[in-house]
Amino acid sequence: MKIHLPNSAFLGNIDPFFRAFDCSHPHKLEITANKKWISVHPVVLSMVAALGLKIGKSNIDCEKMEAASKHYFERMGLFKFLGIKSDITITEHEPAGRFIPLTQIKNSTELTKFITEMVPLLHLEPKQAEPIRYIVSELARNVLEHSQSEFGAILSAQYYQKSNTIRIGIADTGIGIKKSINQSHSAPTDLEAIRLALTPGITGTTRKEGGTEFNAGAGLFFIKSIAKVNHDFFLIYSGKAMYKLLKSNQEKSRIRLYADPLKDRHSIDENLPFWNGTIVGIDISLDATKEFSVLLDLIRETYVKTVKERKKARYRRPKFI
Amino acid sequence: MKTIKLFPVTGSFAENKDVARDIRVKEIIPSIDKNEEVTLDFKYVDSATQSFIHALISDIIRNYGIEILDKIFFKNCSDTVKKIINIVTDYMQERD
Repeated sequence: MKIHLPNSAFLGNIDPFFRAFDCSHPHKLEITANKKWISVHPVVLSMVAALGLKIGKSNIDCEKMEAASKHYFERMGLFKFLGIKSDITITEHEPAGRFIPLTQIKNSTELTKFITEMVPLLHLEPKQAEPIRYIVSELARNVLEHSQSEFGAILSAQYYQKSNTIRIGIADTGIGIKKSINQSHSAPTDLEAIRLALTPGITGTTRKEGGTEFNAGAGLFFIKSIAKVNHDFFLIYSGKAMYKLLKSNQEKSRIRLYADPLKDRHSIDENLPFWNGTIVGIDISLDATKEFSVLLDLIRETYVKTVKERKKARYRRPKFI
Repeated sequence: MKTIKLFPVTGSFAENKDVARDIRVKEIIPSIDKNEEVTLDFKYVDSATQSFIHALISDIIRNYGIEILDKIFFKNCSDTVKKIINIVTDYMQERD
């Protein structure tokens, strides 16, 4: 496999980075990087770290980084994750650096501890912390419960002062959404599997409405809704497909949530290099953070309507002939 | 009446589904089976995930019927917690 850290890759312009990922020769990983400046979304770091963990350090060939911004990767813990000596020296920031370095979460207890420690690291006000800890909890639990990856979830986050945004990336190298959803549903393509996973009330663990004792199939719909209400990017990439929720027009006063993610303003790609697992990236603008409780009203309305519609669609009248 | 305080086991953000399952299996269900009413006290819990609330109560609604909500009381809930409980009880009533 080959992965190149480009000059710039954020959720708005990340598509060329995904397309350039070479997934051939899955037992070796070659990492190259832009020589002048690298500025990337945390999801890129989470992807590289997840690949590195899976491949093992003896099978990684990482080009010596020359970019002026190379210190960032040291600070985020990338080289440590890859098991590579970087020779880059950094001055340790105060924990108030407003970033979360690459972190591996392998079980429920580690996740709870991580969420408790995360909020002070990002210096968030309670109102801002609410959607962010919600997103991290639900995303990481999805990985722990559905990915079947022995390496768990790889997560990182960064605050960007200029845009007043928290950007979060989470990656796993597990079975991917298609395999997970197809345990109970029929999704012929990766994109259809992503569409189902984003639809409220659909879970890979059962076909039954209301889910199982442990899963309702609501987590990703909630997260996409948080991004939609705040007019932010949300991206999910699994197998060969990527779904990206695009920023919506801030002027619109009335926001509508859709159960079908394809009705939202989005872009898709079904021919990406195969990612063995799942990647999720999300931006949360702290300026625009709507009251979480307002969002929950919208979610309740959409969720119940969707479940009712599905129930109605399944209803069969007896045929009297 | 059995009162279960959540904060000592969940902290201010109730998100751990394993904890939710333990409360359900070890505390709520045995009380219901003894025909006791149950109060879930969310004092100091300012938020919860839908997954947590689902793991806490959905299986009880599924197994005992929606009428079981006449015997379960939700106390000291923040606005967020109330709304998430409403979402879960809504979709559990619309299920098959």
